[in-house]
Amino acid sequence: MIQLSQSAPRTKTQQLRRSVVVVGVSIASALLSTVVCAQQPQVDGVTIDGRYRGGEKVRLMVDFVKGTAGDSITEMLTRDLRYSDRFEMLPAGTSPGLTGPVNYALFAQLGAQGVVEASVLPSGTLHVELYDVNKMALKQKQDFFLPGIPGNKDWRMAVHGASDQIEQWITGQRGIAQSRIAYVRDNRIWMVDSDGANAGPVNSRGVFPKWTPNGRAIVYNLVEADFQPIMLMDVATGAQKKLTNLRASEAGDVAPVVTADGRNVIFARNSSSGNDLFSVPLAGGDTHRLSNTRGKSSGSPTVSPDGLRMAFSSDRTGTQDLYVADIDGSNVESLTHGGVGERNWRDGADWSPDGRFVAYQSGVPPGFQIMLVNVRDQSTKFVTSEGKNMEPSWAPDSRHLVVSSARNGLGQQLWVIDTQTGSARQLTRGSLPRAPAWSPRLTGTP
Amino acid sequence: MRRLTRFAVLFVALPLALGACKKKKPEVVPPPTAQAPATSPPPAPATNPAPPPAAVGESEAAITTRLRAVILETVYFEYDSDAIRPDAQAMLEQKVPLLNANPAVRLQIAGHCDNRGTDEYNLALGRRRAEQVKRFLTDRGIADSRIETISFGAERPAVQGEGESVWSRNRRDEFQITAGGDRLKQP
Repeated sequence: MIQLSQSAPRTKTQQLRRSVVVVGVSIASALLSTVVCAQQPQVDGVTIDGRYRGGEKVRLMVDFVKGTAGDSITEMLTRDLRYSDRFEMLPAGTSPGLTGPVNYALFAQLGAQGVVEASVLPSGTLHVELYDVNKMALKQKQDFFLPGIPGNKDWRMAVHGASDQIEQWITGQRGIAQSRIAYVRDNRIWMVDSDGANAGPVNSRGVFPKWTPNGRAIVYNLVEADFQPIMLMDVATGAQKKLTNLRASEAGDVAPVVTADGRNVIFARNSSSGNDLFSVPLAGGDTHRLSNTRGKSSGSPTVSPDGLRMAFSSDRTGTQDLYVADIDGSNVESLTHGGVGERNWRDGADWSPDGRFVAYQSGVPPGFQIMLVNVRDQSTKFVTSEGKNMEPSWAPDSRHLVVSSARNGLGQQLWVIDTQTGSARQLTRGSLPRAPAWSPRLTGTP
Repeated sequence: MRRLTRFAVLFVALPLALGACKKKKPEVVPPPTAQAPATSPPPAPATNPAPPPAAVGESEAAITTRLRAVILETVYFEYDSDAIRPDAQAMLEQKVPLLNANPAVRLQIAGHCDNRGTDEYNLALGRRRAEQVKRFLTDRGIADSRIETISFGAERPAVQGEGESVWSRNRRDEFQITAGGDRLKQP
């Protein structure tokens, strides 16, 4: 049974969490009493006030996490927060720990503006406290239920959830650590956590995965001899369902993307009459044609987060360019503008979750770079310049992209690119991963 | 390079009627003007390559095996191109009389690509490669209904690995006889 509804039923986990909070609060209040006797720290003008200032990195330290698997948690929180590219992470291990009062003077001396103190409670729940060093005050605290065995997948996702909450306390925007990236390897769909852990296949065949808006399912397409349909797969159960059903000799359906309301899939159908865009209900039903490019090609659809528009690539005017249209395919307008006879082409569009940009690949194949086009004024900018980069997919923070990239003398791998600084980290290892798709935030999703 | 080939043909080579390779399906093309043929006839091959002659006393099974091999012979493409290469043209011209002499034979042509580029692009390119070869055969009298095309993009490489020697073996159309291939007649 594939769940299509966006609202999650209350889980046992969440009920359990409530009961554990009580324990956490009592410990936290004990810690609060230590704040009073702390010394005066240096103030350098930056406070962790829940607002993010562009280009500014808050200096943050995650103190050694106490309790079961504390070392793993210290490492994960520190790494997640560093990967957000919003913090300068100071190495843990310089503080005396939570046995005594919070040593604001020491943290200030070390240059930390914020300190995360955390411990694993006897039940396995992670209790997290964030201290504002400049204000010498406890800023926030929360308990996070960690399901399962330390180190396993669900446990790690819950720790990532703590990282994301800490980021929200400081910047006002939730982090993206609690998310996964679907991709293709050896013609199967794989998934990997945002930090590169838990990479593995989730089905036996399929290419071109994209997530439903609730993060519970993916759509993708099969490339088989008899049928090349659009497929829907429930991530938790693995249940799969065929959404289109033409014989492969009639048409191949590729590049599906789910509309913002989670109701329809837009995809490209390639047949002897060219490539065109179609849609089909996610719940199953008839397909509808959205474009008729008459022998030319329209493909790589992506949808705006407000659900009203879509972008796609087409060679209808001779250059390979991006276009936007209403979600029903009407009112087509140019988004990028290739020059006459230009050899570059633009493809692989992905609309940012905040609606402002469309990321795409541009270049003379196979030498692509990643570019952004501002949807409002159509101004463009390069995001990458090193190696070859293609297939961009936005992270839920509308700041990071996962791309397939051949750089640093390595073969093609998936890399996470910070669109603000251009910094890059390698996400995958092993043979030829491609077609990455970043999930939405997976809060409350097992 | 990728798109350039297509554009070059659409905008430059088409008026030259260079093999009619790049032309999209005629039905969906705007009404052609009198002097622009929608399906330009290919240049007649200078030498009409004869199918391999039957050896004296060759058994029916041996003939079928030999002719099957000709029909099934894979044709290869240049990087990012669906244009039929001269060597592929020679190969395809050998298939035509065999298909004419054996009207029960039905073919599936499967287009494949090397693993550079995106899945979506490669699936479309594979489709074009298969359609291109189908058009070559139907332009020479083979009934449209006898040939179906599919694309596997880069999903089913003939050779695993990287590098031009691998890629060049993977940019191909493969043929499969889906019916009527049990006993083949020498034309």
